Amino acid sequence: MGDAWIAREISLSPRVVFPNKILPYLLVAPQLAITLVFFYWPAGQALYQSMLRQDPFGLKSRFVWFANFRKVLADPAYLNSIKVTVMFSLATAIVAMVVALLLAVMAEKAVRGKGLYRTLLIWPYAVAPAIAGMLWLFLFNPSIGSLAYLLRSLGIAWDPLLNGTHAMILLVSAAAWKQISYNFLFFVAGLQAVPKTLIEAAAMDGAGETKRFWTIIFPLLAPTTFFLLVVNTVYALFDTFGIVHAVTGGGPGKTTETLVYKVYNDGFVNLILGDSAAQSVILMAIVIALTAIQFRYVERKVHYG
Amino acid sequence: MATVDLKDVKKVYPSGVEAVKGVSIAIPDKELCVLVGPSGCGKSTLLRMIAGLETISAGTIAIDGKVVNAIGPTERDIAMVFQNYALYPHMKVYDNMAYGLRNRGTPKDEIDSRVRSTAKVLELSALLDRRPRELSGGQRQRVAMGRAIVRNPKVFLFDEPLSNLDAKLRGQMRIEIKNLQRSLGVTSVYVTHDQLEAMTLADILVVMNAGLVEQTGAPLDVYEKPASTFVASFIGAPPMNLLALTGASPSSVLADGTVIGLVPRQGKAVTLGFRPEDADITFAAEAPAGALALPATVEAVEPVGAESFIHCVAAGSRIVVRVSGRASAKPGDRLRVVARSEKLHWFDQTGKRVD
Repeated sequence: MGDAWIAREISLSPRVVFPNKILPYLLVAPQLAITLVFFYWPAGQALYQSMLRQDPFGLKSRFVWFANFRKVLADPAYLNSIKVTVMFSLATAIVAMVVALLLAVMAEKAVRGKGLYRTLLIWPYAVAPAIAGMLWLFLFNPSIGSLAYLLRSLGIAWDPLLNGTHAMILLVSAAAWKQISYNFLFFVAGLQAVPKTLIEAAAMDGAGETKRFWTIIFPLLAPTTFFLLVVNTVYALFDTFGIVHAVTGGGPGKTTETLVYKVYNDGFVNLILGDSAAQSVILMAIVIALTAIQFRYVERKVHYG
Repeated sequence: MATVDLKDVKKVYPSGVEAVKGVSIAIPDKELCVLVGPSGCGKSTLLRMIAGLETISAGTIAIDGKVVNAIGPTERDIAMVFQNYALYPHMKVYDNMAYGLRNRGTPKDEIDSRVRSTAKVLELSALLDRRPRELSGGQRQRVAMGRAIVRNPKVFLFDEPLSNLDAKLRGQMRIEIKNLQRSLGVTSVYVTHDQLEAMTLADILVVMNAGLVEQTGAPLDVYEKPASTFVASFIGAPPMNLLALTGASPSSVLADGTVIGLVPRQGKAVTLGFRPEDADITFAAEAPAGALALPATVEAVEPVGAESFIHCVAAGSRIVVRVSGRASAKPGDRLRVVARSEKLHWFDQTGKRVD
C-alpha cells in the first residue's frame, strides 16, 4: 500500500530526476549567463554609478553614498516628472482599456464578419512605438496635420508644440492607441469565457442588456481587467520612450517628460551620470514593486470558479 | 397562476436544421409537464423557446392566454433552473436569490423577507453568505431552485436540473421538486432524458422524438398504452420486449416461423410487444390457452434482490422477463415465456399502436 502510494506520487509529479550531477547545471548555464551579463551586471553598475559623482569633464569621480538620491528626490524637476508620469500612465491605461472594452463588446455583438473586425482591430499592435508616434505627430502637426486642421476648423486652438495639455493629450492618444489592440484581444477572450447560461439566467431574472453587462459580465471580467491594469501601467511607465521621443521629446518645457525620458535626458543629453543612475535605480525599485504586485495578485488571482 | 399553450411550434435554425417540427401541447394551470426524449429530440430547444431564449420559427406560445412570441425572456416572468445551475459566481447565495427581485424593483425589506423565507424552505439559511464555489453540488442545486422560487414567477422551467447530481441525491431532489411544485402550485415544464424522473414527476408526460411529439398523457396511461414502438421502447426499464411479425392474419407468424394463434382485434400488426413484468416463465410443455407462449432459451439471469431479470432468446430476438424474488431458471434452460393476451401490445408498420 505504502509503496504503491509512493510509486503513484512519483509518476504524478512533473519533476524529472537527472542521474548526472553536472548536466542540469550545464543546461541552465546559458540562461544564467545571459541574465548575469545583461541584467545583473548592468544593474550592479547602475547601483554603483548612482553613488558616484563625476566632475564636469568626466575625468574623475567620487563616491558620495546616497547624495545623488537626496539631490534627485529634492529636485522640483524630478517631482514634476513623477507627476507627469503618474498622469500619463493613468490616462493611457484608462483610455486604452475603456476603448478596448467598448470595441470588444461591440465586436462580440457582431453577427457577420466577427473575424474581420477582430483582425483589423488587432493590427495596430504590430506597429512599432516610434512609428505610431510619428503617425500621430503628423496627423496632429499644427502646420501640416490633417486632423489638426480639422480641430482648428472646429474652433479649437490646437497647438501641442506650445500647449502642455495638448501635448499630453496627443501623447496619451498615441500611447493608448498602440495598446488598445492588446487590451482588445484580452477582453475578447475574457468575454468569450463568460458562460452563456449566466447571461441567459440574468435575462430571465429580468436584467436588461445594460444591467447584465454591469452586474454580471463586468464583474466576471475583473481578473482580466486587473491583469490589463498592471500590464498597461507597466507599458505606459516603461515602454513609451519611443513615443515620447518621437512625439514631444518631453516638451514643451518639461510638461511631458516622463521618468524614463528624464533618465535618458539627464544621462545621455545632459551627461549628469550620477543623477541619471540614481533615477534608474528608483525606476528599478518601482519595477520590482509592480512585478511583486503582479505575482501576488494576478498570478494567483481574483478568480471565481 | 398560468396556463402554457403551444400551438404547432416549429424551430428551424439558420443552417436549415429543423429541431422542432410542429409541436402542440396544452399545459393546464398548476400542472407539471415533463418533456422526455433521447438527446437531440428537440426537448431542450422547445424549453428554451418557452423561456424566450430561442426565437420561434412558426406557431405560437401563449402563457396565461397571452401570446409571448414577440416578448423577450426579461419580460416573460418565467424562472428557469439550468442544468449547470448558472449561479452568478461573484455573488453570495443571498445576492443570487435577490438578483431577480432587485431587477424588478422590489422594496428592500420585502426582498429580504422573501429571500429568507425561501432559504428556510430550502434549508439554505446557513449558507446565505457563501459564494457558489463554496457549496456542494446538491447545495448549488438548491440555490438554483431558490433563485427561481423566490421570484414567484408565472412558470417554472427545469432543464435537466438533476443530471449533475449523484444517484442518491437525485432521488431525494426529485421528491423535493415534486413536493415544492405541488405546494407552490406553479405551472412547470421539466425537461429530462431520464424516463424514471419523467414517470415520477409528471402530471402530463410528453414523449418526444426527432422534433415531434410521440405521445402525450398521464405517465401511467403512457406506460400502459404506448402509442408507438418508440414510446414502448423508451418508457420503462428494462424496455418493452418487441418481436417482429412476418405472417398475416388469421395467425401471426414470428420472424423464425413460429406461429402464434393471436391477432390484434383490428388492423394489421407487424410488431408484437409485451412488458417484462407482464410475462412469466413456465417449464410446462402445454401452452396455456388464450395466451402468448414463446419457446425460449435462457441466456443470463440477473438477480437484483427483490426481483430477477431473465434474459432469453426467443424467435431470434432477445427478450427480458421480470420475475419477483429468485428465478427458478438458469442459463441454458429451455422454457416457455408466457404473456396473457390482454397484456400484449400490437403496432403497425408505421410503428403506431393498433388494438
